[in-house]
Amino acid sequence: MAQVAVTADPLDLDALTRDMTAGAAGDGAVATFTGLVRDHNQGRKVRFLEYEAYEPLAVRALRRIVDEVGATWPDVRLGLRHRIGRLEIGEASIIIVAVSPHRADAFAACRYAIERVKQIVPIWKREHFEGGEVWLEGATADPDDEASRLAAERIACA
Amino acid sequence: MRVTVRLFARLRDLAGAGELVRDVPEQATVQTVWNVLTTEMPSLREYERTMSVAVNADYSRMAAAVHDGDEVAFLPPVSGG
Repeated sequence: MAQVAVTADPLDLDALTRDMTAGAAGDGAVATFTGLVRDHNQGRKVRFLEYEAYEPLAVRALRRIVDEVGATWPDVRLGLRHRIGRLEIGEASIIIVAVSPHRADAFAACRYAIERVKQIVPIWKREHFEGGEVWLEGATADPDDEASRLAAERIACA
Repeated sequence: MRVTVRLFARLRDLAGAGELVRDVPEQATVQTVWNVLTTEMPSLREYERTMSVAVNADYSRMAAAVHDGDEVAFLPPVSGG
């Protein structure tokens, strides 16, 4: 299983965790994050979400996040998969697995990874709610913006 | 020379297409490509200060040179996760 992926298939956290921990006797901690589609947002009743990606660049940005984690937490291994297409309420949109000898690094790397996904990965969600639909827009993606990267690191290490 | 333009999310909706092919002058930059697009479709201009750009699926800058056959993408603020 690839360390990072953008896929239209349902996400399988158990499979990714198994893959990331296979044969690693020196690991003492696994931290995971799962992002779910929820039924409400900003006072709107959400019916479902549609995710769109610029796939080759999204995969590249995910790999960059893996590299950044490796630079800050050299003992951590990171697996990260983002789903695209139509997702129903309660389905997983993203799964992240961070494996490390110690829990502090695993938690920090996992949190850092999701913050960076929201900053630099070219994926967009279109919210279909009761009464309409809207493209959600968050951060202007700029991987070289060191201030954003440090903000993600601060949140991760808080 | 000729480039392929990729547009995503709301930018794609505003343009009515996710992929366009446009002729641009030699020595063109990403900015030149954007100017060609927004002259045609002024409604895209609202993204000028918030979008990101990519050339051949790698993040780039407005001042970067483009070459014949390049894929130039304009990306609204992202909302993954």
